[in-house]
Amino acid sequence: MEVLMSIVAGVLFTAAVYLMLSKSLLRIIIGTGLLSHGAHLLILTMGGLKKGAAPLLGEHAQSYVDPLPQALILTAIVISFGVTSFFLVLAYRSYQELGTDDMDQLRGNDQHE
Amino acid sequence: MTLLHLAILSPFLAAILVPFLYKLFRKVHTGWFVLVLPILLFIYFSQFVNRTMEGQPVISIANWIPSLGINFTVYIDGLGLLFALLITGIGALVILYSIYYLSKNKEQLHTFYVYLLLFMGAMLGVVLSDNIIVLYTFWEFTSLSSFLLIGYWYKREKSRNGAQKSMLITIFGGLLMLGGFIMLYIMTNSFSIREIIGQVPEMSQHDLFISALVLILFGAFTKSAQFPFYIWLPDAMEAPTPVSAYLHSATMVKAGIYLVARFSPVFSGTPEWFWIVSAFGIFTMFWGSFNAAKQTDLKGILAFSTVSQLGMIMSMLGVGSAAIALDSLDDNIFIVATLAAIFHLINHATFKGSLFMVVGIIDHETGTRDIRKLGGLMSLMPITFTISIIGAFSMAGLPPFNGFLSKEMFFTSMIRVLEMDVFNVETIGLLFPIFAWVGSIFTFIYSMILVFKTFTGKYQPEKLEKKPHEAPIGMLISPMILASLVIIFFFFPNILAYTIIEPAMASILPSLLADGGHFHVHISGWHGPTPELYMTIGVVLLGVLGYLTLTKWRSVYRIVPKKLTLNKGYDRALYCLDKSSLGITKFYMTGFIRDYLVYIFTFFIVILGTALIIKQGFSFSLEGTAPVGIYETVLAAVMIIGTITVLFSKSRLTAIIALGSVGYTLSLFFVLFRAPDLALTQLCVETVSVALFLLCFYHLPEFKKKEKKLRFRMTNLIISLGVGTIVTLIALSANSQRVTETIASYFIENSYKLAGGKNMVNVILVDFRGFDTLFEITVLGIASLGIYGMIRVNVKREEEG
Repeated sequence: MEVLMSIVAGVLFTAAVYLMLSKSLLRIIIGTGLLSHGAHLLILTMGGLKKGAAPLLGEHAQSYVDPLPQALILTAIVISFGVTSFFLVLAYRSYQELGTDDMDQLRGNDQHE
Repeated sequence: MTLLHLAILSPFLAAILVPFLYKLFRKVHTGWFVLVLPILLFIYFSQFVNRTMEGQPVISIANWIPSLGINFTVYIDGLGLLFALLITGIGALVILYSIYYLSKNKEQLHTFYVYLLLFMGAMLGVVLSDNIIVLYTFWEFTSLSSFLLIGYWYKREKSRNGAQKSMLITIFGGLLMLGGFIMLYIMTNSFSIREIIGQVPEMSQHDLFISALVLILFGAFTKSAQFPFYIWLPDAMEAPTPVSAYLHSATMVKAGIYLVARFSPVFSGTPEWFWIVSAFGIFTMFWGSFNAAKQTDLKGILAFSTVSQLGMIMSMLGVGSAAIALDSLDDNIFIVATLAAIFHLINHATFKGSLFMVVGIIDHETGTRDIRKLGGLMSLMPITFTISIIGAFSMAGLPPFNGFLSKEMFFTSMIRVLEMDVFNVETIGLLFPIFAWVGSIFTFIYSMILVFKTFTGKYQPEKLEKKPHEAPIGMLISPMILASLVIIFFFFPNILAYTIIEPAMASILPSLLADGGHFHVHISGWHGPTPELYMTIGVVLLGVLGYLTLTKWRSVYRIVPKKLTLNKGYDRALYCLDKSSLGITKFYMTGFIRDYLVYIFTFFIVILGTALIIKQGFSFSLEGTAPVGIYETVLAAVMIIGTITVLFSKSRLTAIIALGSVGYTLSLFFVLFRAPDLALTQLCVETVSVALFLLCFYHLPEFKKKEKKLRFRMTNLIISLGVGTIVTLIALSANSQRVTETIASYFIENSYKLAGGKNMVNVILVDFRGFDTLFEITVLGIASLGIYGMIRVNVKREEEG
């Protein structure tokens, strides 16, 4: 199972990097979204999969899955959400101000370094 | 902290006072206040002569950084004292001269004297420090203050260029020298020169010994303007003439000589030291005098002549180092070279200082230093003429001036190279006296040019800016004192021999002396019809001939085209460095974010990939993995399809919805992998994110709505595949070789017992690891404030605009 999930995470990383290398600002942000999905999946996989019940003591199970990676991922999800929404609004504002979302045009010029 | 330390630091302290004195007493020339200090210092240092004559050095330690072994240790022996007396004595004369040279009304006197005092203190620190790190500190201070003084008239471009050039070259050498010092420390575990000298026998076998030797010589050669580093010195002539007289003839350029002399006890006796020091020295001597004869600027002649004379002293120190290779003192014929080096060091300071001051007077009184415009000043400026005759004849090595004595000894030591049976000198040893002799002929020629082209010949008043007349008496005092010293040292050289030269030789060649022993030096003007006397006669005859036929052989200088000179090479190198670094920067700093991401990802792939291969970190095993279920396989397929849809979507709307599908699939994975809290959060966050994406999408400007296909780029594909593969490989390897057990059991056991909660994830978030959550909340708060700010700022600007 871990092998399959590692491959899925690898596919997510590949797609994310490919999108981040493109010209459009929106695609770059979509790429960062995919990258954080891949990273979260990777953390979960590395903690080991399906080793027991959900981490709720009320279950009275023999064994539970590792709760620590889940806590870490929860933190990461919230932080990446905050950063993504900030970037989105930033992108939206730069459309408004600069009238373009093409990264090749968003460069400093000689007067502006 | 003793009086000695205070004496060395007093110029720095005085430099603080100078601007106040300048502002408070505008009527008095600031130089008068400054003049007091070097005179006091000269008297103070003179009293140590008795101690050093008896071979008892003065040592005084002040702690600076004792934990690193760096202390301000003052060590006064013969060599240090000789330099200290030169620095303070000539310093006083130069300041006296500058009072009349620099105008009270036109010049920024306070900056001049601050820089000059900084320099004087730094020089005293260099020659009297026993700790090499302290020595290096003062050494760089001399470079810095010299830079400031050369660029004193900072509105002239030539001054700025000269200052920059001297700075670059001397700092380059200084840094290499620091490297040599650190190597010495590695070998001996001490920064103290005395202790280093004590450890020479063990140290000379060390691997770093030769590297340290070469690096320290780099420092000495750049500072003392040896070939090929002499090029900064002629350009430093843009400085005011008192500065040229003080720094660039008598003191700073001799710091390199001092360094070679000071480290002679460490390195001499090795063939490398002998060969580098004497070969570069003798060639510099020849090259400098050869080039001096073609200059038309008086200060240019003096600059090249300084280069040549420094080369001469350097070569004598090199030959003198051979004395160590012979054990007995009595019939040691190479000692004379060291003696000559020290004697000429003093002589050069006297006659070169006076010549610079003379040139300054001519410049001051006629408005030009160009020998093609000057001539016939003999009757107009008789005193200046007399002083320059004394200086120039001494420089040429004629009796009855002190230059004659040291030049004879120079020839003696060069002839004795022929008798040397160490260091494989037999084959090319003959070149030493030949270079010395030819160099001396050119020295004679340029000395004659200096005097006779200026003071004899036709008087050309129409070419001069001012009407020339004799200089004021104040300006003449200093050169007169120096010129009388030139004559006194010829007739009574032995007053120097016992007091100054013998102790200085004892510090350069300590291993030749038994305990309490003395060198016995007796200098005499007449020593019989020896080969060196015939050489001098030859120099005079050929020199006179060369001077009279000057116009005929001057074309010699055109053999080497201007493009191939060292200066052009230096300029070219700087230009190329500038251009190529700009080119390299422009090549990779493109301004495109994509390019930078390509660098970052490529680096990521290469570093991690090679680490995996070199360390053989890759491993793969299925042990301990969970079985593959049908639901997970289907979900994985859905996720991969969603991802590929994002990649290949033609419209952005499709891409956003496909991204949403990936997010929801991830939350389904969380459900399957027993993570209910994660599933819940992921579901909410994904919904809000997709809504935000759609919002941005909706606000795209009209003309940008034209959809275009994602541009396919092969490099992008290769790089992204590389990143994905590396991530997968590392994940597989990490999963296959777990080193330690998880700490999950602690949370499972204690969630209820210690924290009173049954949902372990939530207990970890708010109890066991509550700090993470606190700052994650902060992150969200900052993000929301940032978003609010971005939108509000816009509104405000629209209202204002």
